[in-house]
Amino acid sequence: MFEALSARLQGVVDRLRGKARITEADLDAALRDIRLALLEADVNFRVVKTFVADVRERAIGADVLTGVHPGQQVVKVVHDELVSVLGGERHVLRLDGKPAVVMLVGVQGSGKTTTAAKLAVRLRRDGRKPLLVAADVYRPAAVDQLVALGDQVAVEVHSRPAGTPALEIARSGVEQARQRGLDVVVLDTAGRLHVDEPMMDELVRIAGAVTPDETLLVVDAMTGQDALRVAEAFHHRLPLTAMVLTKMDGDARGGAALGIRSVTGLPIAFIGTGERTDGLEAFHPDRLAQRILGMGDILSLVERAQETVDQAEAERVAERLMQSRFTLEDFRSQLTQVKKMGPIGQLLGMIPGAGQMASAAQQAVDDGQLRRIEAMIDSMTPAERRRPELIKASRRRRIAAGSGTTPADVNRLLKQFDEMQRLMRQLSGGRMPNGIGGLRGLLGG
Amino acid sequence: MMARPRREPGLGLRPRQGGLGSRLRALLIGSDPTAEATWDGLEEALIAADVGVETTISLVAATRSRIGANASGERVREALAGEIRARLAAVGSGAFEIGPAPSVILAVGVNGSGKTTTVAKLAARLVGEGHTVVLAAADTFRAAAIEQLRLWGEALGAPVVAQRQGADPGAVVFDAIATAESRGSEVILVDTAGRLHSKVQLMAELAKVRRVVERRLPGQPRHVLLVLDATTGQNGLAQAEAFSREAGVTGVVLTKLDGTAKGGVAVAIADRLGVPIVFAGIGEDLDGLAPFDPDAYVEWLLAG
Repeated sequence: MFEALSARLQGVVDRLRGKARITEADLDAALRDIRLALLEADVNFRVVKTFVADVRERAIGADVLTGVHPGQQVVKVVHDELVSVLGGERHVLRLDGKPAVVMLVGVQGSGKTTTAAKLAVRLRRDGRKPLLVAADVYRPAAVDQLVALGDQVAVEVHSRPAGTPALEIARSGVEQARQRGLDVVVLDTAGRLHVDEPMMDELVRIAGAVTPDETLLVVDAMTGQDALRVAEAFHHRLPLTAMVLTKMDGDARGGAALGIRSVTGLPIAFIGTGERTDGLEAFHPDRLAQRILGMGDILSLVERAQETVDQAEAERVAERLMQSRFTLEDFRSQLTQVKKMGPIGQLLGMIPGAGQMASAAQQAVDDGQLRRIEAMIDSMTPAERRRPELIKASRRRRIAAGSGTTPADVNRLLKQFDEMQRLMRQLSGGRMPNGIGGLRGLLGG
Repeated sequence: MMARPRREPGLGLRPRQGGLGSRLRALLIGSDPTAEATWDGLEEALIAADVGVETTISLVAATRSRIGANASGERVREALAGEIRARLAAVGSGAFEIGPAPSVILAVGVNGSGKTTTVAKLAARLVGEGHTVVLAAADTFRAAAIEQLRLWGEALGAPVVAQRQGADPGAVVFDAIATAESRGSEVILVDTAGRLHSKVQLMAELAKVRRVVERRLPGQPRHVLLVLDATTGQNGLAQAEAFSREAGVTGVVLTKLDGTAKGGVAVAIADRLGVPIVFAGIGEDLDGLAPFDPDAYVEWLLAG
């Protein structure tokens, strides 16, 4: 996510970081690059103007031209400015109503129905009892889509026979939640253009009838400069509380959201990534600013791991790692755990300095390399997994045949595993990999 | 499914305040049109309309060289319009021909761009012209996508070839071709699943769908239409690039034009990638698809 913006800003930052002196010309060149990077990321041009002007002012105010580590200081100024544009604090949903109502609104194709299902999954994980309400009565089969998604994630869906007005469905949905003892209603509405008055009126009436605790505007991360106008129009008619930024797993630059947030003050509550129903992350402005600047986001990675990884299993593997008894069996189990955490590219994007590796790694997964590795390990006997040195030519042929690979592939895997074991021994010897240590100074700066 | 409340007719492409035109007018009236600030403002106005940095810079440079010193604001506007028109015309779309039967048309694009609706509109258009059409529900991923296409098929009286959800899209297309052949239908319209252009595996799946068509009917698909939301920003370029590479896009359908005052990404795509814009989509009704008219588009882009 934000890859293109991130790559360009990191380029600017890298050029500045090591500099002992920064001239006014250096600063101008950097600001010009930042301006282009933001514009190409679809950040609203007015916002870009302010952003660049603010960075210049703060950079000069911070005496970067004469300071000790001028490059680092400019990076910090850009980082702080990004955080302030992204919104300082995290938006936590306020769900006090009994039942609480979350209404999702937005233009066609922004991803409301998918987001509704993802949000329900998330709410349930937080201990709430969600009800999905299918109030998109216009798009053919939209109700079927939500019913199917609800089925998939085992969340109850409220729908009414064709011909029932959306307002009536919303009202009876809240009633049903009350009766069934469910405490959050997630209301999926039909997509509509902000210029479509009759349809906007309908939303206003629904909001009036069910008084949502949260009204979330769902915004496609790929939207261009127009996003701001759309958001303003929805905001003007409805008491929006936050937005959800969807399709953030592409190379979308999501710059539109920066503009919306900075002009309307509407915070970003969640970002949607991927088509899996667990692909909805809480949005942390400061962490994202770090990710954009290639400073990594270890906190999100740790949280993701805590949410998905089997703790006992992780400890067992760590134990074996420390004792240098890490086998191919453990490796196989690690692969499964990591895959549960989500796409590998996304994970690497959160590791400081590993951002550039992320897309290459994702490519490897997409090409099926990871699957081939799993197949090869699965084709080994337990004894072979524990003692790879047993694997000679004939076993190699058998494993290759069993996994649909070649003996050369098996050889490569064994070699890589051997190298990995050596690296692990070094790590457990207490040496940290480069990058993490270097980062600390920067964040503290 | 219910009918949406009707909007006043003509709202579709009525220029709205805040588009490129009003910015241009504000810019060009009163000030010296050839002053440096005017050019900066023009650049900003184009970027604000999603034309993109690179295309904007080259458009402004070309406009500057077209007009001499002391030109009027109107002259600047004319020169700019002419420059955009020329770039759209250079990739020329020509008439949309279905060619010898059976003709295969693939609709591809990212999630939520409006593929299924566009397929339905295009089918309605072809049926209206007297062609026989088979719809192929090759979006076997999104929940209820098959159902959505089936409802449209019923409304149009066009047969819909589908398998269960999760089925191989290539197999659906294969079936659809067989159905079209046995019925003697002229056009097979294929609705594919939405996919982000950055997902290697999903793009490879799309390339495979294309190969299935090529092998079964040499010379086909006749058209591969990239369905692109007109409110898309610079990401639209990356989309057009990736879909062209994997699926051989022959033209772009610009959808949801009624939802934007900008849509400048179309200019960037034509200019940078040489892919023509062939249709424009407006609204949800079946008649909301028209051949893309570069002159009208430029008028609209500069008028709003």
